[in-house]
Amino acid sequence: MRIRSAFEALRSSGELGIVAYITAGDPSLDATPKFVLALAEAGADVIELGVPFSDPLADGPTIQRASERALKSGTTLAGVLEIVRRIRKSSQVPLVLFSYYNPILQMGLEKFASAAASAGADGVLATDLTPEESEDYRRIMRLHSLDTIFLGAPTSTDERLAKIAGCSSGFLYLISRTDVTGAKDSLPDDLPALLRRARSVTVLPIAVGFGISLPGHVSVLGGLADAAVVGSALVSEIEKAKSVDGAANALAERVRSLKEAARHGLSRREVAP
Amino acid sequence: MSSILQSSATAPGRFGPYGGRYVPETLMVPLFELERAYEAAKADPSFQSRFHDLLKNFAGRPTPLQFASRLTEKLGGPRIYLKREDLLHTGAHKINNAIGQGLLAAKMGKPRIIAETGAGQHGVASATVAAHLGLECVVYMGTEDMERQALNVARMRMVGTQVIGVESGSRTLKDAINEAMRDWVTNVRSTHYLLGSVLGAHPYPTMVRDFQAVIGREAREQILAAEKRLPTHLFACVGGGSNSIGLFHQFLGDASVKMIGIEAGGRGAALGEHAARLAAHQGFSGARPGVLQGTYTYVLQNEDGQIAATHSISAGLDYPAIGPEHSWLADQRRAEYSAVSDQAALDAARLLSRAEGIIPALESAHAIAGLVERLPQFKKDDLVILNLSGRGDKDMDTYQKHWVQ
Repeated sequence: MRIRSAFEALRSSGELGIVAYITAGDPSLDATPKFVLALAEAGADVIELGVPFSDPLADGPTIQRASERALKSGTTLAGVLEIVRRIRKSSQVPLVLFSYYNPILQMGLEKFASAAASAGADGVLATDLTPEESEDYRRIMRLHSLDTIFLGAPTSTDERLAKIAGCSSGFLYLISRTDVTGAKDSLPDDLPALLRRARSVTVLPIAVGFGISLPGHVSVLGGLADAAVVGSALVSEIEKAKSVDGAANALAERVRSLKEAARHGLSRREVAP
Repeated sequence: MSSILQSSATAPGRFGPYGGRYVPETLMVPLFELERAYEAAKADPSFQSRFHDLLKNFAGRPTPLQFASRLTEKLGGPRIYLKREDLLHTGAHKINNAIGQGLLAAKMGKPRIIAETGAGQHGVASATVAAHLGLECVVYMGTEDMERQALNVARMRMVGTQVIGVESGSRTLKDAINEAMRDWVTNVRSTHYLLGSVLGAHPYPTMVRDFQAVIGREAREQILAAEKRLPTHLFACVGGGSNSIGLFHQFLGDASVKMIGIEAGGRGAALGEHAARLAAHQGFSGARPGVLQGTYTYVLQNEDGQIAATHSISAGLDYPAIGPEHSWLADQRRAEYSAVSDQAALDAARLLSRAEGIIPALESAHAIAGLVERLPQFKKDDLVILNLSGRGDKDMDTYQKHWVQ
C-alpha cells in the first residue's frame, strides 16, 4: 500500500517521482539504514534496496563493485531483511527489494515472502525472473501483500509489455535502453516511443531506469513517466565518499537536485546533450 | 527446500523441473527469435545441407571411432573405443555447435557474434567459424584461463577475433559468461550470443545438444558396424556437458547402455576445491538446484544462494553449474555422474599418451580417469565408447609443469 499511496500522491501533484537504488550492505550493513533515511528525507519517493549477488549479469561495473563490497562486508538476504526491519522503526518510505532470483529461491519463496512482509518491505523485483517463470512466485508474494514489480525492455513487444504489466503491481519498471545498469550522459531517442507503448497497455505507474543520473534526464521524463530510477549515480557517491556520513550527505544532495528538477523542470537548454 | 513448483516435463525448454528461461527481460524477445530461427533451420533443407557440408569439409567429420587396443590390453578390463573428436578442426567437439550457431547467426542477419570460453576450445571454434563465414567475433575469457590456455588466445587473435580478458570474480568461465551476457544485453539487436555448452536459457540447452548429437549418431553406427552390438558403457567428461550429451543423446532409448559423466573433483571435496555438481554421493559438497545464468539446474553455492568458487586443473570443467538435461538424467538415474581429482586426470593423460600415442585435452583426460577408477566394476565382455572430446596441445604447459621438473 505504501507504494500505491506514494504514486497516487505524485499523480495528484503532477510531479515526477524519484526512485533511489542503493546496494544493501555497501559498504556495511550499518551504513544502509543511514543512507535510506537520508535519501527519504531528501525526497526520494521509493527506495530500492539491492540484494548483492555473486554474479550480477545485468549490472554494469558500478553496481558490480557495490555487490562485491556488500558481499565482502557479510551481507546476506536475511541480513538485508534485518536492515528493512531497522529502517521501518523510523521511516515509512516505500521499500522495494531488488534481487537476482537465486538468493530468493534458496531462502524459499514462502519463507522469503513471509520474512520480507513482516520486516516491512513493500515490493520485490527479481532481475532475472520473467512472467513466464514466475507463477508460484507471484502467487506467494501476493499472499503476503508484497507488490511484484517486473521489468519491461525496449525489446519487449506490445504483447509482452501487456503481459509484464499484467504480472506487475505497484509500478512497472521500464528499462530505458538495451544495456546493463550504469550512468549515461543522454537518454535514448526512442524512449518516448517506448513509454507511449507501455502507457497504451497499462494504467500502472511507470518508473524508468538504467542510465539516469542527471537533473536534465529527470526533467525530460516529467510528463512522460511517473518516476525516474536513479541507481549507479547514487552508488558512485557511496564509492567516492570518505566516510559513511559523507556518503549520506552526498546521496541527499544528489536526490535534492533530482527532486528539484522533478518539481520545477529545467529549460531545454539545461538538458544534458 | 524451495523448488520450481509449476514446472512440468512437457514445457518447452524444461527437462523435468530443470531448464527454463531466467534472464533479464531485454533478452526474452531475442531468445524467442532465436528459438523460432532454430526451429525453422531444423526443417530447412538448405540450412541442413550447408551445416553438413561444413561439418564434413571444414571441420572434418565424420570422426573415427578407434579401437584402443593397447589401452584395452593394458587396463585388462572392457574393450575400449575412442570417439576421436580431438581430430576435428580446431581440436575439439566445440566446432560442431559453433558451425551450427554461426550459420544460424548469418541466417538471422546478425553480423556480430560473441562467445565465452574457458579452455579456449569454444572460443577458437567460434573464432574460426566467424572468420569462415565473414562475421565479426568477440570472445570473453577469464584472465586466469587466458594464462593457462595461452595457445588458444593466440589462435583466436590469429583469425581476427578480439579476445577480451575478464577480471571479475574468479576470472574463469563463469565470469566470462556474465560478461558475454552483459555484451549481449547491450548489443542484442546486432549480435548473436554463440553459447558454447548446453547451458543458459532455452533454447540453448536443446539447440546445442542437437548440434552436438552428431557425435552419438556417428558413434552408434560405427560401433554397430565394428562390433555388431551396442556398447555397454559410454564415458565422457562433463563441464557444462555438451560433449557428453552429444554422445549420450542417441543412446537414451537403449536401456542397456550405461552412461557415465565424469566431473572435475579438483583438489578435494570441500566447497571451493572442486567443480563436481552431481557427485554428492562421493562427498563433494555444495550443489543444490538453483538459478544461474539463465537456467535452473544443480549449482555449487553457499547457503545464501551465492555462487561458489570452483577449482579444476582443467579450465573447461571449472564451472559451478551443469547443463539442465544432465540434472534431469541424474535425478532419473538414467545417467551416472562421478568426479575424479586433478591428479587422476593428469595421470590418465599420461596413460593415454603412452598407450595410444594420443595426447588428450585435460578435460577428456577426466573421462579416461573415470574409466580407470571404475575398472573393478567391469565385466570382461563390457564394451566402452569414450568420447575423446579434445586434444591436449593447449595443455602442454600444464603437462610439462607436472612431469618435466
